[in-house]
Amino acid sequence: MMEASDLSSLLGLLCPMFVLVDEQGQITSVGPTLQKLRPEQPMQGQGFLDLFELVRPRSITTTAALLSLAGAKLHLKLRDEPRTALKGLVAPLPGNKGAIINLSFGISILDAVRDYALTSADFSGTDLAIELLYFVEAKSAAMEASRSLNLRLQGAMLAAEEQAFTDMLTGLKNRRAMDVLLGHMASGNAPFALMHLDLDFFKSVNDRLGHAAGDFVLQQAARIMEEETRSDDMVARVGGDEFVIIIKGLTDEGVLSSIAGRLIDRLRQPTVFESETCRVSASVGIALSTQFSSLKAAEILKAADQALYDAKRSGRSRYSFFSPPAGSITDPPKLQGSPQPRSGISGQ
Amino acid sequence: MHGLINRAVQSFVCETYGQSCWINVTEAAELGFSEFEAMLVYNDEMTLRVLDILCAKLKRPRGELLEDLGTYLVSHPNMEGLRRLLRFGGETYVEFLHSLDDLSDRVRLAVSDLTLPVLELREVSPAEFQLYCYPGLKGYSSVMVGVLRAIADDYGALAMLSHAGTEGEVEIISIVLIESAFAEGRQFDLGARG
Repeated sequence: MMEASDLSSLLGLLCPMFVLVDEQGQITSVGPTLQKLRPEQPMQGQGFLDLFELVRPRSITTTAALLSLAGAKLHLKLRDEPRTALKGLVAPLPGNKGAIINLSFGISILDAVRDYALTSADFSGTDLAIELLYFVEAKSAAMEASRSLNLRLQGAMLAAEEQAFTDMLTGLKNRRAMDVLLGHMASGNAPFALMHLDLDFFKSVNDRLGHAAGDFVLQQAARIMEEETRSDDMVARVGGDEFVIIIKGLTDEGVLSSIAGRLIDRLRQPTVFESETCRVSASVGIALSTQFSSLKAAEILKAADQALYDAKRSGRSRYSFFSPPAGSITDPPKLQGSPQPRSGISGQ
Repeated sequence: MHGLINRAVQSFVCETYGQSCWINVTEAAELGFSEFEAMLVYNDEMTLRVLDILCAKLKRPRGELLEDLGTYLVSHPNMEGLRRLLRFGGETYVEFLHSLDDLSDRVRLAVSDLTLPVLELREVSPAEFQLYCYPGLKGYSSVMVGVLRAIADDYGALAMLSHAGTEGEVEIISIVLIESAFAEGRQFDLGARG
C-alpha cells in the first residue's frame, strides 16, 4: 500500500478536485482546484459533511452511510456562499480506511469559472471543461449571429407582406387584403357593414385626359374614403375603379346612410389635374352582416354588389341598401331610392 | 463561401479603409448588395471577385492584404469574441500552436457548415515549428500568418513568422519562437463572458 502523501499527489494530478476522507469523515487531503474554491479556509482537517451538504441522496447524514455509497452519483453543495453545486463519486478505500471522493462542477461550471477565476490549468488535461466553455461561447456567438439574421429577415418579411396587401397606386389595401379581412369578419360574430363603391365616369376621365389624370382621380378618391372612415375600418381598392369599405361594428342604416352620402358628396366635387377639370361621381351598394343568418364572405359581397347595381340603375350618385328576399331572417324596408332621411340621392 | 468569412472581409475593409471603400468594392464587384449575412452561404466566386477588386483598388498584393485580415481578426476590439475563442486553445503560445490541429474541428462544432482547411503542426525543435496548411481555401495560409503573428502578441510571445514554401498543394508556414514570455500578454479570463 502506498503512502497517503503519494496517493494525494497522484490524485492531485489526475483529479484536481478530489477529497480524501478518513473513516470518521474527516478530510485528510484535497485537490488544488477544490481548495481554490475556499482559498481562505483550509479544507484539510474539517468534516466532509460540515463543509458539503448532500443534496441527493438526501437521506444520507452520517459518514458511515456516505462511505457505503460506492459508485453512486452524489449531488452536493458547499454549505456557505457561494453555494456552488458539485457532482461527486465515492470510492471507498480498502480495509475500511475512509474513501476518495471525486468532485466536479457539472453544469455549474459556467458560474464557477467566473466566481473562482479558474484557468485551464485548474482542470486536468482530460477534463472536457475547457471544451465545454469554448463550446458555450462559440455557440452563443453563432446563435447571436443567427438571431440578428432572423430579426432582419422578419423585418423584410413584414415589409413584403405589407406590400403584398397594399394597392401601390393608392396606398389602400388591395383585393387580397380585403379577402383576408372579410374572411375573418365573416367567421366572427362582430357585426359590420360592407360598402361596395364604384366611381362613375372614371373611364371617360381616363380616355379623355389620360392615365395620369385617371391615377390622380383614384388617389384623390382614396384619400377621401380614408378621411370619411375610421382608422379601424378598411378601405380596399378591389378593381380599376371599384372599392370595398368594411365598417366594423356598425349596422345602423341611418349612420351608414350619412357616411355614404358624405362619400358621394365629396367624390363628385370636381378636381383639377394639370389645369384640366376631372369630374367623376360614385355609386354605393351597402350590405349588413346582420342581414344573413349564416354569413359567407362571398354572399355579403354579392349582396353589396346587387345593391350597387340597384343604386346605379336608379341614377348615378346614389347609394342603396341590400334588400334580402322576402322570408329571410330580417326584413328591413327596401331603401333604394327612398326619400330623406334615408334617401339614396345624395347632396340634393 | 461561408457568410462568416465574407463578413470578416467586410468588417476588415470597413474598419481599415472605411465604409465608402467597401461600398465602392461591392458595387464594382456587382454583388447587388453591400452587406454580407454572417449566417448565409454565398457563391465562392463572389468572395474572390471582392478580393481581386480590393487588391487592385488598394494596389496591394493579395497575400499581404490577407495577412492584415488575419491580424485584424485577432487584434481588433470588434473581434474580441473570436480572440477569446482562439485563446481557449491553450495557456501558452506553444500550447496554442498545438491546438491548431483541432481548429477546423472546433470551428465545425460551433458552426456546422463552416469548413476550414485542416492544419497540422510539426515540431522541428522546441522553438521551431512548421504549420502545414492543407488545401481547401485559397489564401488561408496568408490569413493564418497574420493570425499567428497577432496571437503571439496576445500571449506576449516573440515569434518570427514566414511562408516556407509548399509541398504539393500544402502551404507551409514557419514559426520560430524567439522568446515565449517576451512581454506581458493580454488578459484571458475563462469566465469573462458577457
